[in-house]
Amino acid sequence: MEHIKTIQTRPLCADAKNSGCGECQTSCQSACKTSCGIANQACENKSEKE
Amino acid sequence: MIHQYKLNGYNIVLDVCSGGVHVVDDLAYDAIALFDQGAAEEDLLPALQKTYPDLPAEEIAGCIDAVRGLKESGQLFAEDTFAPMAGELKRRSGGIVKALCLHIAHTCNLNCEYCFASQGKYHGERAVMPLDVAKRAMDFLVENSGTRRNLEVDFFGGEPLMNFDVVKQTVAYARSIEKEHGKNFRFTLTTNGMLIDDDVIDFANRECVNVVLSLDGRKEIHDKYRVDYAGNGSFERIVPKFQKLVAARGNKNYYMRGTFTHNNPDFTEDIKTMLDLGFTELSMEPVVAAPGDPAALTPADAEIVKDQYEKLAQLMLERKKEGRPFTFYHYMLDLKSGPCIYKRISGCGSGTEYMAVTPWGDLYPCHQFVGEEAFLLGNIYTGVTNTAVRDRFAVCNVYTREECRGCWARLYCSGGCAANAWHATGDINGVYKQGCELFRKRMECAIMLAAEEALAGEDNA
Repeated sequence: MEHIKTIQTRPLCADAKNSGCGECQTSCQSACKTSCGIANQACENKSEKE
Repeated sequence: MIHQYKLNGYNIVLDVCSGGVHVVDDLAYDAIALFDQGAAEEDLLPALQKTYPDLPAEEIAGCIDAVRGLKESGQLFAEDTFAPMAGELKRRSGGIVKALCLHIAHTCNLNCEYCFASQGKYHGERAVMPLDVAKRAMDFLVENSGTRRNLEVDFFGGEPLMNFDVVKQTVAYARSIEKEHGKNFRFTLTTNGMLIDDDVIDFANRECVNVVLSLDGRKEIHDKYRVDYAGNGSFERIVPKFQKLVAARGNKNYYMRGTFTHNNPDFTEDIKTMLDLGFTELSMEPVVAAPGDPAALTPADAEIVKDQYEKLAQLMLERKKEGRPFTFYHYMLDLKSGPCIYKRISGCGSGTEYMAVTPWGDLYPCHQFVGEEAFLLGNIYTGVTNTAVRDRFAVCNVYTREECRGCWARLYCSGGCAANAWHATGDINGVYKQGCELFRKRMECAIMLAAEEALAGEDNA
């Protein structure tokens, strides 16, 4: 029987090479303005996606 | 480091540093806990056999092997190797500014008691931004944005529509210069709705990638704080305007954005009102208020709020099943292609890539610092001259906050809000404990929802 289901996630440890382009939205430019959450921002790194 | 929790029938194990999310049964949940506690290899099987006497030893041993396999492949108990990278993104983009909160109007047509901006005045005089200042702010942004293509400008206040002509002309000016400089301006507008008319709707839907519409939910809740200068509530006046704007918006983003206070920690009821009014893109934020302020959330309120976050997640699942889904800003996690590790450890960008501009062109680290003279960075004519303040923000990240090091949610908040930290502790490298507590609960709910979505996708595949 399957005891563990692993959800597909972005592998953060392998991320350092081709990330950090800085094009994604600044978190406070969206809806909050009074707290900081970055995890719900979308990645906009085109070279990474290509 | 891992974080284990049970929510809405799911046993969830988050592996903090790899970003891994595992949905497990009770046996695996307990096995992972034993690994986390550092139990000796030979003790694992007997300990789990004691808890699960009816399960065959081979099955328990198989589960232990599966946990060990995840550990060996770096999907459980991954080491935190990110600290040396924490300042890297800001160093790499040294001096680049790519987002401005443009305080187009330091005045407001509402007199909301809980307003962090002191009714739009930010502890100063009422003012509106002249067009030449706004145009210069666009030039400043282009000049200081380096290789960044996407430039963000939020029309903020006060109430930005009290200076709508300048808003329109600023956009027209920015559009006239963006191509020659290889830039793409993204405009957003945050409004209380009082001055929305067909012209505003047409403009917002044509030019703004997002509009943030302030509505607190239930009429009696909204009208308690969001009143005009005669003390009359604004609910009846703004809701039809918001409905018209949203109906005309098509697929473009918007958020109904409410604030909850000591008056309504049961904010899910306000979310339901927003849904009943036909809005589906929602955000509710805890009030930012000094302790002792009648609007401030008490520790007892915080417990209610945490329960409400769970109820909200359940409501989202129910509505999704019924074919009436809605989104909640803080629950929009994309586990597969969300932000990269640099974004997650670099902090929010205030004081470096993001700044607020006052109606007369002064620069502050963000909208929440406007009016705090100690944080004045410079202005849009001479640039950042107070480099000491900018440098403090440049090195402010999740690894410079001692208290964040042991927190499982640190790669989801990036160290939290510098303004909240400063208000709570007097130090931008402090932490706003109540905010953290609520944030962690939001992330637990958001990860549960994302896991549910992923598993539902697998079942349907």
